[in-house]
Formats: sequence, structure tokens, C-alpha cells
Amino acid sequence: MVKEKRICLKNLGKINPESIDDYIEAGGYKVLESAVSRHHFEIIDEMLNSSLRGRGGAGFSAGLKEKFTSESCLRCEQKYLICNADEGEPGTFKDRIIMENDPHLLLEGMLIAAYGIGASKAYIYIRGEYYKSIEMVKKAIDSARKRGFIGKNIFGSVFSVDVEIRLGAGSYLCGEELTLLESLEGKRGYPRIKPPFPAEKGLFGFPTLINNVETLATIPTIVGKGSEWYLKLGTAESPGTKIFTISGDVAKPGFFEVELGTTLRELIFDLAGGMKDDKKLKAILLGGAAGTFVDETVLDTPTGFDSLKEKGATLGSGAIMVLGEDKSVLNVTQSILEFFKHESCGKCVPCRVGTDRVARMIKEINNGIYQGESGLDDMIYEAEYMAKTSLCPLGQSLIMPLRSLKRYFNDQF
Amino acid sequence: MERSEILKQFGNDDENLINILHALQNNNSQNYLEKDDLKAAANHLNITYSHIYGVVTYYTMFSLKPRGKNIIRICNSPVCDMEKSSDIITKIKKILSIGVGEISKDKRFSLELSECLGQCDIAPGMMINEDVYGNLHNADLASIFEKYK
Repeated sequence: MVKEKRICLKNLGKINPESIDDYIEAGGYKVLESAVSRHHFEIIDEMLNSSLRGRGGAGFSAGLKEKFTSESCLRCEQKYLICNADEGEPGTFKDRIIMENDPHLLLEGMLIAAYGIGASKAYIYIRGEYYKSIEMVKKAIDSARKRGFIGKNIFGSVFSVDVEIRLGAGSYLCGEELTLLESLEGKRGYPRIKPPFPAEKGLFGFPTLINNVETLATIPTIVGKGSEWYLKLGTAESPGTKIFTISGDVAKPGFFEVELGTTLRELIFDLAGGMKDDKKLKAILLGGAAGTFVDETVLDTPTGFDSLKEKGATLGSGAIMVLGEDKSVLNVTQSILEFFKHESCGKCVPCRVGTDRVARMIKEINNGIYQGESGLDDMIYEAEYMAKTSLCPLGQSLIMPLRSLKRYFNDQF
Repeated sequence: MERSEILKQFGNDDENLINILHALQNNNSQNYLEKDDLKAAANHLNITYSHIYGVVTYYTMFSLKPRGKNIIRICNSPVCDMEKSSDIITKIKKILSIGVGEISKDKRFSLELSECLGQCDIAPGMMINEDVYGNLHNADLASIFEKYK
């Protein structure tokens, strides 16, 4: 039976998250202390060598992002580090678990990353509804500041940084990194056109590194134990661990941190206790609304960014939503498409019109009044246009669940 | 607290806007932003009223209309939807005799739908103010509401 391998959740339940002493006793802030005595190139090299891929969903190399941001200009007056804690992908709650249970680990990761790229200011953008996370992170920042881990000349080095919390206010789209920047600047959450990428021109026009909570919480372990140690975990294409959040028709819904490469069968049947009430498995929605539906044929595929891609599936944020035999794939699809319609910001036409059209089509299909020949093909046709012409990942995402339905659940339409 | 007291806690850069709006709204007994709040924030940050109006109307957590003393946010996302959050919404509407976006007659509650609240392991879930409730059953609702005066 597969076991959890906890890195981001290593202190969960073992320390009092409100106590900085507990965290220090568990070895906390030691990595930061040694990191600031090393050249910051070494930190970036360690991250590059670890092959860590961003845990927010896109899976871009975290080391490369750091490298780009650190090298984008040599004499700029300011660089920023931002922790993206605007968790909102349906079915995902891993970042909340980290913030509520080990906020200092996240903070230490942020401080090491800030040192790596040479940022003197860091922000953590937390969604407004995560009251407990906000409270825990706030307390962690205050106590770390008192100990001198945040502020001027940290551990007697030349490194100085300040950390502040910024709140979201109920917008899924603000979790998209360029939109997050707009929100942080005190504007409506409208996406920016890229390029330029944040590494070049981010917050207030300065080079900015934006990382997900889980990515940052992994950094202390990678820098502390070394990339060679880390590379032994997971698979060659997707090393390390990942927190999966399992919901829906399983006996024990919850969060599980495992090595990548663990199969969906192990996750659902070993860790989440199998199907609820011995139902038959009908479908799994992987990666949230901007994710993909799969059926039982994918149960034994090792999880990883590329291995799942080959099956037309996504790892995404690590959300696993399990549908039993009594659930309707079409109803869930409707729920997803209505979600996108609601969250579309309206800035660009393809997404504003497209999300509405597709939501109307699935409603008509489910009510049995759709006039066209193939509802699914027509939705895919719309979504393909949106994928090609929308400004940001929201409008580009609808094609993912729809195309996966064509591959795995065409017979349901 | 006086508006000016709240504003004093924040710097004058635009980046403080959303945190300021949260603080002003939390300070309002009816959980909403009055015109004077927007004006005060505009003065404090030296930006236009219309810019702030644009920001306030974009984010779902902000309201320009008075709300109940307690805000019920019920999750309407795919996971909760699959776990029959619609039944819970129907029941809440009945208990409080209000629709979504409305205030109960005694002004104790506002009912709002929310996108994923990240409580998927205890779906269907909801929040009342800052408190989280999960694994909801219709039968539990009345006693939960009792706690909020």
C-alpha cells in the first residue's frame, strides 16, 4: 500500500502553527540562515537542478522562473517576490492546508526565494474568504519580524526584505498571475497581455517572481537537503512530491502528499479509502474546472505532468474529484461551464461571448432541447476558437474538459 | 471606528486599495461600502472615485448595497453542486424566507452564492462570516442559524 511522503506537510500536526518556537525547534529557519551565507546563484542552481515544476497548475520550471527574474536586469532599483495564495480552482484546497498548518514553512520558502532573485519586497496575495489562512500568515509574519527573520540584514547578511499580506476579494481570475498583479496594484482584475512576462515587467513594472504556495513551501527542503536528495523522489519527468486533494464519492475525502508517480488507483483506493458506499467509479475530474475528465482506464497511469498529458489529462493543481456511478458527467460539465461564465471578466470578446454561449449549449443539451447535430462537437468548436483568441488562460481553458469528454465520455452525449 | 482612524493604518499607495476597502466594509454595521467610504478612500489614495467604483463592482466580496448582519456564503462550485448544495440553498431560502442576494426581514442574514470555498473535503460547505460549516444536512441549518444573532 502506498504511503504519504510529506515535504510541504512535514510539520502538519506535529507543531503548533502559531508558535515560531515550535517551528524553529523542528529545524525551521535553519535553511534560511545557511542560504543567506551562500551566493544567491547557488540557490538558483539548486532550484534549477531540482527540476521542481510549479505546483499552481501550469507546471513551469520553478528554477528557470527564478533564473529569469534574477537575471532580467542587473541594476534595477526593485524586484518583487509574490506568493500566489489566491486558491480558487474548484476541488483544490492544498494551499489552505499549508497556510493553516505551517505558515512559517511557507514564509521561509518565500524568504529564500526572495534572496535567490534579489527581491527586497515580498507580498503574499491571499484570497479574501480564507480568513483562517490570513490570520495564521499574519501571525507568522509578525513573529518572524520580531525575531529578525524579516527586516534588515537578516542573519547578519546584506539581505534585507519586507513581507506584506494583500487580500483578494472574490475573483477566481485573480489567481492568474498577470491578473493578480493588476489586483495587487489596486485595480480591477483584468488580465494583462503577455509578453512582457512578470520576470521582465511585473508588479509596478519591475521584475517579479510569482510562485504558488506549494511551490514555495517546497523550497526550504530542496535548498536544505539539496537537489540530489529531492531528485530521488517522484519520477524523472516530474520529480518530488505533490499534494492531492480528493473530493466527491470517496470514503475518506481529504488531502494527501505523495511522491509523483503514485497512481490514481493508489490515491483513490489506498489513501482516500476507496469508493463511497462501494459505488462503481464512473469518472474522475482531474485538476479542477480547468481540468480534464478521465475514466477508469487512467487509474494505473503514474501521476506526472507529462505522463498524464499523454492520456489527454492534466495534473493541474492536484484536485481529484471522483464521480460515482450515480453521478452525471453532463451535470458536472454544466456546473463547470457555468462557473467559467460567472468568472469570465469580460475584457476580451471571445471569452465574454464564448463562455456564455457554451454554458447555454450545455444547458440545452441537458434539457434535451439542443437543436444541433452534435452538442459536444459544437461546444468543442466554440472552445477551440476561444483557446486561440482569448487573452488569458480562463478563456483558453474550456477546451480542456470538453476535449477530454470527447475522448472518454462521448457516449454520454 | 471613524473612517479616518481606519485609513490612518494604511499607506497612500494604490496597492493598499483592496485592503482598505475590506477594512472599511468590515467596519460597516451593514457590511457594505457607502458612497462616503469610496470618497474617503479616493481622498486617502489620491485617485478618482470612478476608479474605486470600478474596483468595488468587480469583486464579489464588496457590496454597494446594505447587507445583513451576518453573511451566508454558500459554495456553488462543481464539488458542492455534485453533493447537492442546491438542496441546501433551497432549504436556506425557506428557513430565512429570502432569495439569493437578499436580506432577511430581521436584517440578521444575507444569502450569497460563492465559488469554490476550498472546503471540498466536507462538501457541501458554506461560510457564515468567518466560520466554516461542512457536510451540511438540511436538518442542521436551523440550529446553525440560531448561533447568529
